[in-house]
Amino acid sequence: MGLLTLSSPHTHGPNSTSKVMANVVLATLPGLAVMTWFFGWGSLINVLFASLVALASEAAVLLIRKRPVSFFLKDNSALVTGVLLGLALPPFAPFWVTLVATAFAVVFSKQMYGGIGNNPFNPAMVGYALVLVSFPVQMTTAWALSTQMSGSSILGFGDTLQVIFAGHSTLADAYSGATPLDAYKHLIGKNTADTVLAEATFNGWLNGGWEWVNMAFLAGGLYLLARRIITWQIPLAMLLSLSLCSLIFGWDEDMYTPLSLHLLSGATMLGAFFIATDPVSASTTPTGKLIYGAGTGILLYVIRTWGSYPDAVAFSVLLMNFAAPFIDAYTQPRSYGHQKARRGLPEKN
Amino acid sequence: MTNMIRLHTFHGGIHPAENKHQSTIRPLGRAPLPAQLILPLDQHIGAPARPLVAAGDHVLKGQMIADADGFVSAPLHAPTSGTVTAIETRPVPHASGLEEPCIVIEPDGRDEWLEHQGLAAQLGVDDLRDIEPRQLTAHIRNCGITGMGGAGFPTAVKLSTGQQQIDTLILNGAECEPYITADDMLMRERAGDVVRGAQILLHIVGARRCLIGVEDNKPEAIAALNQALVNLNEQHHIDVVTIPTKYPSGGEKQLIRILTGEEVPSGGIPASLGIVCQNVGTAAAVCRAVDHGEPLISRITTLTGDALQQPQNLEVLIGTPVSHLLQLAGYQPQKKERVIMGGPMMGFALPQLELPVIKTSNCLLAPTDQELPPNDIAMACIRCGMCAEACPAELLPQQLYWFSKSQEFDKAEQHNIFDCIECGACSYVCPSHIPLVQYYRFAKGAIREERAAQAKAERARLRFEERQARKEREEAEKEARRKARAEAAEKAQQEKKAAAAADAATPAAGSPPDSEALEKLQKKLDAAQTAKTRTQEKLAAARADDSLTDKVPALEAALVKTQDKIKELAQEIAAAKKAAKAAPSAEAAAGASDKGDPNSPERLKRKWETALARLETAQKRLEQAKADGSDTVTALQDGIAKQQLRVDEARSAYDAAINGTAPASTTVSAEEIEALQKKILAQQDRVRKMQERYDMARAEGLDTVDALAGGVKKQQDKLQQLQQELAAAQNPLATTDNEAS
Ligand code: SF4
Ligand code: SF4
Repeated sequence: MGLLTLSSPHTHGPNSTSKVMANVVLATLPGLAVMTWFFGWGSLINVLFASLVALASEAAVLLIRKRPVSFFLKDNSALVTGVLLGLALPPFAPFWVTLVATAFAVVFSKQMYGGIGNNPFNPAMVGYALVLVSFPVQMTTAWALSTQMSGSSILGFGDTLQVIFAGHSTLADAYSGATPLDAYKHLIGKNTADTVLAEATFNGWLNGGWEWVNMAFLAGGLYLLARRIITWQIPLAMLLSLSLCSLIFGWDEDMYTPLSLHLLSGATMLGAFFIATDPVSASTTPTGKLIYGAGTGILLYVIRTWGSYPDAVAFSVLLMNFAAPFIDAYTQPRSYGHQKARRGLPEKN
Repeated sequence: MTNMIRLHTFHGGIHPAENKHQSTIRPLGRAPLPAQLILPLDQHIGAPARPLVAAGDHVLKGQMIADADGFVSAPLHAPTSGTVTAIETRPVPHASGLEEPCIVIEPDGRDEWLEHQGLAAQLGVDDLRDIEPRQLTAHIRNCGITGMGGAGFPTAVKLSTGQQQIDTLILNGAECEPYITADDMLMRERAGDVVRGAQILLHIVGARRCLIGVEDNKPEAIAALNQALVNLNEQHHIDVVTIPTKYPSGGEKQLIRILTGEEVPSGGIPASLGIVCQNVGTAAAVCRAVDHGEPLISRITTLTGDALQQPQNLEVLIGTPVSHLLQLAGYQPQKKERVIMGGPMMGFALPQLELPVIKTSNCLLAPTDQELPPNDIAMACIRCGMCAEACPAELLPQQLYWFSKSQEFDKAEQHNIFDCIECGACSYVCPSHIPLVQYYRFAKGAIREERAAQAKAERARLRFEERQARKEREEAEKEARRKARAEAAEKAQQEKKAAAAADAATPAAGSPPDSEALEKLQKKLDAAQTAKTRTQEKLAAARADDSLTDKVPALEAALVKTQDKIKELAQEIAAAKKAAKAAPSAEAAAGASDKGDPNSPERLKRKWETALARLETAQKRLEQAKADGSDTVTALQDGIAKQQLRVDEARSAYDAAINGTAPASTTVSAEEIEALQKKILAQQDRVRKMQERYDMARAEGLDTVDALAGGVKKQQDKLQQLQQELAAAQNPLATTDNEAS
């Protein structure tokens, strides 16, 4: 009898992993557009380049591992890693920085662990952390100034390509500078908030373009929430704990970076909605997600304020990745028909 | 009487395409008689029914052809009149695709009923309420009614709620699975039966109210039910509750939560909340059985799917072949042929079409490929958590998946895998298209198998301990008897010395006190051990049966208690034995010099002689007592009878020993027989073990079923062979045996 006998359920919802991933990429587009508007072509070029590298490295490893290449490439997860890295790296970062970060992310922190779904750490952030500690100069000076700050137009597309791929970094000199987070942290030691804000980087207002970038990522994040691709717990907990820390420890603008800058500058929104929510490496239980998000927010504040790095999304996310399995084990939900949740690890007998 | 019922909601759930309209366009039809009806003996949860007919028998419609075998079981009735052509194994609709014993009936076309009437008429009462609930339940049981919505649990068992006070009767008319409309059609066209069934059930369980839960996508059914309630024209406590459409609201636990806000405790049953839940189809069947005396011989089955030209609902006789029904509905075989019994979420794909409809077959779904594309290749889990969002049992399906996959069953259990209702919601939403439910079934099966194996090992250990204890006990008894005899002998001597004076002292009637105590202890131990075995059996049964899992903890506790008691008793016995040994008996000392083979003819002869001598003494003493008119006469008589026996025994032992040089072949054969018997025992054990594994695999629908079925067969063959050998070995010996005795 040639009857097909498959196990139930025999039907499936319309969802698929590649659609999920494609939606994540889609949701980053507003942010990318705003970045391009304010900071020039660098981010766009980085995103495209990093995506290419990610796909190529993924394909190469799959070939070596003798896995079906197109099947896995279609899941779009490598694409997401590439896009996130492209967005996170400085717009004028030389191509080899992007190359190293992306290839390392895909090959070492994803495929080496068994490919999609098996990586304990967020691959993009592992790549980011690697180049951040290896190439600190490029990672801090290759940031573009916003058109709002420089008052001028953006660096031309051709010139940007030259800066990134040909090493003509001097071309970008007039267009680059420290990020607002970096600048504020350094300047506030010797100045008051008013004088700092008067600097060109801030142009009298807090973030000089970064606020729009963050708003755009927030919008993208809300889209993901609406599509139920991510859940609210991690972003909300992370933003809340970051705000709380900032209000408690950094209420004095003349001493510390103010809350508005924490929330709307740097990679805050990108981190909260796109990076910390990476399902593979994050906590997965509802309560666990709250703890995980809160932890990320606290670490973010701690490193930004008392650490030596101006931004810290990568480190805080990676540190929480370590804790995720542990958090999960102790935050199982209460199941139907149970008085309370079973928590922790099974008792050995 | 309509109260406002506050509805609750359950976690998760999904909204798959309903696809219910196709099969409700046409009215409820009736399937014509097929050429053959195939009635599996095992259509329900519990023990298979025991056939009451033989091939060649003529049966009438409604005649019981197989009876319930045990408490959790259900009888079977002939769906039409005709001839029983065979009782044999046939393929049955079960995920395993295995064959099971079935009664095959060839209809005679007359559809002739056995005389039947409603229970009230039978008992000569006017009002149903005058009938004892117990009697009603028994009647329902006799009519072979089992749950018609789910797994087919015998309804009478579910209604026997014992001490539990039942407050609410819930009728499940949610029918949340896509495609299926059997209950919908039933409620639309036979709302009166459903309502009547509700009244009967209310009376049986003594509930305060009845809630009929129906999803809001069945307005016609809701209207029909409400109309039927109006038609009752009397005070009633039945409410039709419209609930939002969400899969799986028809899951018993979910429906209970929706209607009452309460949750059935994990491993427990609804009765513990004062709730009894029945399917609307079951209620209608109860009405037919009680009011009209009709057993469960037909049901409504939905025929649907794009591969059918006339999807519709049919009243189908139990046992009708699926192929017959598909043909009626204009089945167009597809390139990738697939027919699902049940719905797309929880049904199972039939391995072939020559299978009968059984009491639980609510739907036959024949989809085209475009309609329900066969599963895609699964991708890796990206831990997105969508499965957890959808899970109505509030589990973490992805964790369960990882644990099942890596066979970390302890963790899977710790994550409550046994609370999974296999609804498939997680698989449905999983973007990586992982067949999650399949993994859970695998893990549950493996865990059950492991548990059963453990229970078995425990039983074996106990058996060994028991044997050990018995040996010790026997030894102790021997010792005690010897001591008693020695004392008696001593006393007798003293008595002799004291000359044949007046009354003979009663010889140590009965055993000395310490041995008596020992025996008492032993009896207690025996009782405790039987109790333990029984509890263990019950426990194993409870563990194997999902519906009884709530009893497990209680049983476990009981087991522990008995075990403790056994330990205590064993200790006491050991102490008593030690004491007995410490008092060296005269006889033991006397016999010390004679440490040869206890079965040597000389020794046996001596034994016989001593026994004889004792008998003589006793007889003398009896005469004396008789002469004296002493009241010890009866006791002495008893003693003599016993002694006579002993003498006979000793004598035959001696004779046997003398003839011990008897034909060597006989002894060898005896040994051989013993060896064979041992082998058979071992083999029986193996067969049982195999059977257990097979049953488990079957219950779980595991892939290993086929292999296991082969294994069972093989082991059984072996057993048979051994039994034949034994019979052959015993036969030539039969004569010698007779001679010896
Ligand atoms: S829905 Fe599928 S991919 Fe997502 S966590 Fe659950 S099992 Fe993994
Ligand atoms: S099949 Fe089990 S784990 Fe999956 S959603 Fe249903 S109850 Fe939850």
